[in-house]
Amino acid sequence: MKSLTVISENLTKKYSGKTIFAELNFNLSYGQSAVIVGRNGSGKSTLMKIVSGLISPTAGRMRFLRDDNELDREFVRTSMGFVSPYLNLYDELTALENLRFFSGLKSGKDNSDDEKLKSHLQFVGLYERRNDEVKAYSSGMKQKLKIAFSLLNEPELLLLDEPRSNLDRDGISIIEKIAEGQKEKGVLIIATNDEDDLKLCEMKINIEEHKK
Amino acid sequence: MKNFLRNVRIIFLKDVRSELRTRYVINSLLMFVLVTISIIRFAIGDEKIEDEILTGLLWISIFFSASGGLARTFVKEEEKETSSALKLSASPTEIFVGKLFFNLVLTFILNFLILILFILITEYNIKNPLLFISVLSLGNIGLVAASTIIAAIISKANSKGTLYPVLSFPVLLPLLLTVINATKLASAGINSAEIMGEIRILVSYTVVVITVSVMLFPFVWED
Repeated sequence: MKSLTVISENLTKKYSGKTIFAELNFNLSYGQSAVIVGRNGSGKSTLMKIVSGLISPTAGRMRFLRDDNELDREFVRTSMGFVSPYLNLYDELTALENLRFFSGLKSGKDNSDDEKLKSHLQFVGLYERRNDEVKAYSSGMKQKLKIAFSLLNEPELLLLDEPRSNLDRDGISIIEKIAEGQKEKGVLIIATNDEDDLKLCEMKINIEEHKK
Repeated sequence: MKNFLRNVRIIFLKDVRSELRTRYVINSLLMFVLVTISIIRFAIGDEKIEDEILTGLLWISIFFSASGGLARTFVKEEEKETSSALKLSASPTEIFVGKLFFNLVLTFILNFLILILFILITEYNIKNPLLFISVLSLGNIGLVAASTIIAAIISKANSKGTLYPVLSFPVLLPLLLTVINATKLASAGINSAEIMGEIRILVSYTVVVITVSVMLFPFVWED
C-alpha cells in the first residue's frame, strides 16, 4: 500500500490549437504532496482533470504505479478522491443518500457502511443535516459534502481543486486536517492560488512555467 | 460480473429515486402524451379511421413522447455537472446499462399509458393482442437502445435540444419502418409465422445497437 507513485510524463494540453501547458513532468511518491499554482485560466483545473482521468491530455500521459506495477483506471475509481468546482453531487438526493450511492459504486460491497458514512458527515459538520436534500444546502455546505465525497474509501491519491471555496473557518480547518492526514496515507495534490494552501505542500508546480 | 450487475442496479435505483423526486422527465412526458392524444382525438372527430393509419399515429405518439424524455438522460448529468462524480465512481459500461434499464422502464410505463389512451379514443382494433404486445415491446427496446446512445452523444454538444431529432431519425428509420409494418400486421390479426421476418429484423437491430452502443459509449462518455 505504501508504494504509490504518481507520474506525469510530458503532459501537454491544447484547446482549439492553443497550448494550455506543454511537457509538464512531475513525480510524486507516497507521503509527498504538491501544490499547482498559476493565474486564473492558466490550466490548473485542466491539469487536475487530466490527473483524475476525467479528460485526456493532447500528448503525454499520467501513470500510477504500485510496487513498479502499472495501475489501471480501476485505481482511479476505487482509490482516488477529488474535490473540484466542476464536480457536483445530486441536488435531489440527501447528503447521506449521495454518499451511499457513490460509496456503493466505489466499494464493491453490497451494503454501504452507514456508520462510516455518518462519521464522514460528522467530520465535515453535516451530520445534523444528513437527511436534507442537497438543494437546500448553502454553497459552503455543498463544498463540505464534496469533501466528504472525496474521502470515501480512504483515497490513496487526493486531489483538491480550490478546496477553500465558499468555506467558513471550520471548513478551512477541515481542509488543513485532511491535507496533513493525507500525507500519511498517500499522495496529495492541491490546485490553488491561496497563500495558506502553499504551506500545506512541499512541492510547487507553477503551471505558468510550462507554457510554450 | 457480480460487481457489474450490482453497480448497474445502484445506478438504476438512483435514477428512479431522482426521477420520483424531481419529476424532471415524467411530468413533461405525461403532458406531451395527453396533448398528443387529445390532438389525435380532435383531428379524428367522429370519422372512422382505418387501423393501418391508426398504427402510424400510434407510433408517431410513441416516437415523439419517447424522444422528449429519453434525450434528457445524459443531458441532465452534464447540465447539473454531476457527470464527473459519476465518471469517477463507475465504469462507462455500468453507467450506460444502468441508464438503459431506467429508460426501458420509463418507456414501457409511458407506452402502456399511450396504448390504453389510444385504444380508448380511437377504437383501435387489435386482433392478435399477444403478437401486437410482443412487436410493440421489441420496437420499444430498439427505440430505447438507440435513443440512449444518441442521448449520450448530444449531451456533449452545444445545441442539445435540436440535435436529437437530427441524429435519431436516420438511426431509427430502419427500426420505425419495420416496427410500424409489424404492428400493422399484428393488429390485423396475422399469425406470428407471417411476420417472423420483421421480428428477426427487430431483434437483430436491437442486438446490434446495444452491442455498438456498449463499445462506443466509453469514447462518448470520457472526453
